[in-house]
Amino acid sequence: MEKRKFAFDLGRFGPFAALFVLVVISSFASPYFLQTRNILNILRQVSYTGIIALGMTFVIISGGIDLSVGSLTALVGGVMILVLNALGAGWWGIIVALGAGLLIGAASGVFTGVLVTRMRIAPFIVTLGTMAIYRSLALYISGAGEFRSQSSLFPEIGMGMWMGVPVPVWVFFTLAAVCALLLNWTRFGRHICAIGSNERVAEYSAIRINFVRSMAYVLCGITVAISSFLLAARLNSVSSTNIGINFELDAIAAVIIGGTAMTGGSGSISGTLVGAVILGIVNNMLNMLGVSPYLQGTVKGVVIIIAVLIQHKRRDSR
Amino acid sequence: MAGSGGAPLLKVVSACKEFSGVRVLGNVSFELSAGEILGIIGENGAGKSTLLKIISGIYTPTSGEFFFDGEPMRTGSAAEAKRLGITLIPQEFNLVKDLNVFENIFLGTELRSGPLLDKKAMAAEAKRLLDRLGVAIDPREKMENLSVAQKQMVEFAKALSRKSRVLIMDEPTTVLTPPDVRMLFSIIGSLRDEGVAIIYISHKLREVKEICDRVMVLRDGEFVSLDKTEDLGVHEMATRMVGRELSQLFPPKNQPSGEVVLSVENLSVEGLLSSISFSLRRGEILGFSGLMGAGRTEVAETLLGLRRKTSGRVRVKGKEAEIRTPSDAVKLGISYLSEDRQGKGILVKFGISSNISLVSLARYCGVAGVINKKMEREQASEYVREFSIKAASLSTNLEFFSGGNQQKVSLAKCMDTGPEILIIDEPTRGIDVNAKREIYLFIHTLVEKGLSCILISSELEEILGLCHRTVVMHEGRVSGILEGEHLNEEEIMFHATGLKESVLRSVGQRTDI
Repeated sequence: MEKRKFAFDLGRFGPFAALFVLVVISSFASPYFLQTRNILNILRQVSYTGIIALGMTFVIISGGIDLSVGSLTALVGGVMILVLNALGAGWWGIIVALGAGLLIGAASGVFTGVLVTRMRIAPFIVTLGTMAIYRSLALYISGAGEFRSQSSLFPEIGMGMWMGVPVPVWVFFTLAAVCALLLNWTRFGRHICAIGSNERVAEYSAIRINFVRSMAYVLCGITVAISSFLLAARLNSVSSTNIGINFELDAIAAVIIGGTAMTGGSGSISGTLVGAVILGIVNNMLNMLGVSPYLQGTVKGVVIIIAVLIQHKRRDSR
Repeated sequence: MAGSGGAPLLKVVSACKEFSGVRVLGNVSFELSAGEILGIIGENGAGKSTLLKIISGIYTPTSGEFFFDGEPMRTGSAAEAKRLGITLIPQEFNLVKDLNVFENIFLGTELRSGPLLDKKAMAAEAKRLLDRLGVAIDPREKMENLSVAQKQMVEFAKALSRKSRVLIMDEPTTVLTPPDVRMLFSIIGSLRDEGVAIIYISHKLREVKEICDRVMVLRDGEFVSLDKTEDLGVHEMATRMVGRELSQLFPPKNQPSGEVVLSVENLSVEGLLSSISFSLRRGEILGFSGLMGAGRTEVAETLLGLRRKTSGRVRVKGKEAEIRTPSDAVKLGISYLSEDRQGKGILVKFGISSNISLVSLARYCGVAGVINKKMEREQASEYVREFSIKAASLSTNLEFFSGGNQQKVSLAKCMDTGPEILIIDEPTRGIDVNAKREIYLFIHTLVEKGLSCILISSELEEILGLCHRTVVMHEGRVSGILEGEHLNEEEIMFHATGLKESVLRSVGQRTDI
């Protein structure tokens, strides 16, 4: 019987407001901040984990989690470079390599999906396991070293610009638009929200819950493959020990800061995009202000906790 | 003026409660004496729950005076209410399913010997309390293994263990079967005789009439009347609740056609159902009656493909139907309104339109699979008009809706799949008289249009008032299919309790009603 106050929907606009405040503060703190080069640099830096965060948004809305994205980035990247080296350096090789990467990403999603839905193992446990498996496979294949590409075309994609904007940023924003469409305007998106909101209701509503939940992991695997492709292309190599470390953390953080609840059921792609950018700006500012890189993790952690605190406040005040 | 004379135990003078400026309870005054049962009735949103929550210290009143035992009472403190011996048994149980019975009973008031829990003493005390209630429940049984009725009894034992002086019960009989209700009433009676004051809230007016000494009527947060129950008929109670004369609750019955749309033969599910056979005709309302756990909902779930049948045949409009998933059922024109509205029926975090289109979403998708939200909203508005759903907007989350309005959305969701066979499970559980009537009328309109309906209900009044025939179940079997003069309260109870079992007439050999 409590009447709800329709004041300011923090969940929807909170991330945008936070971004705005952050931009204002940053532009005062450093004169270099608002320079185009710096902004593009931030956007390029966040696009790799940002792309993964897009897929992660679907997984989290469905009520799941995927911890394996970082390790999968390493495995997919390694295999892509092996394929590229085997097929030569031309466009053909790059396309096949990308195809192979997408295939592995999707297959990993199917694997997780089957274990989560058919075998009823908690997503946290399944992906904790696959996280260890993928990293170890990447290390084994490379002998704990680097996958190096001989292609000269490959870095052109990774380092490339189009209309003055780096390729990964284009990919990030385009994918975000596609994902927003998928989440808000298609049956799949609606069904993902329904499952995350209440799986029983979804099941009784004739939704194929096992299939839809699995598809969320497949989508996440595909975004990992795309991100890994862009990253490998930028460096023209993949280090099996370093690449993708803490990616799961950054991706999940972007989703949470973007206002998607860990409990599932609802969330937004625009929020995730903003969340990723917020993390990027925070890192950027800490660098510019000369804060020790060892302390950056502390700040990131504080930002995540504050974001969740604000969400909880909102829920309680109803 | 109090029922049994003497000084009142609890005295409330013009209690008011506002939420952000909106008055939900105004000027309610009453007195309650020890050993008295006070009934409070009113539609959903009348302010009953608000009043309860104020008395039990969950809400702080905006204004009003409260006295306990003649002393002014500190309000807005659940701990204070607990100390005074005011206990609320809520509609949704406050029980932890992973703990056992005695651990639940003593949750928060554990008995100890030194720093350790005295499990033996707690189990013995729990046993004593349960014995006093006359129920055979093992105090060491896990909560999740208990039936709903048994859980209710554990809540009672918990209330007893707190040495309650005022016991508040919110819709205690909603989930109980008639025999359980009888047992509950005898317990309430003995508590009253021990001097406990009881506040009893229910939608079931007959029960209020039977058990309460006095009855208070609330409407739209305002006090309407407070009378001795013997001076107030059930009909008068209903009229005062809605504030106008109620026209007849049940619409007249129509005449179903002879065409069989659904026939079920020897349907069995391992461990749950054995050899269920019945048929449903076009334009018919077929009741399903029986005690809690008799297997009625399980029949529906099997027909929906949510449970795998072990044997038996289902035919829809004469054609053999193999239903493996809920979407198979939807394709065959079968739709199900769940008894568990919030658990299986609607998404409380979704708005009206997205709830209504949840099953039928494909209908709203264009060529590229993009949802046509305009069409979705228009269709939803149509249902809002048709069912007179009260809502601020189409996107308001259903969690802010009353039970009746939620149920209407749930019904609209079922109808949007364009069903020919509608299975409705306890459609009026926990909703008020007005919404009930609207739902009855709606079901009636549907069958007049040629739909067929299976009505699973624990309210005999509903079964008798609406159904053409009724399947009575007992322990996973059909114990009788009643119609005509045999369709009465007594026969249903005999069959439901397994005292009587009719020989089943074979499908098609039906006599006229």
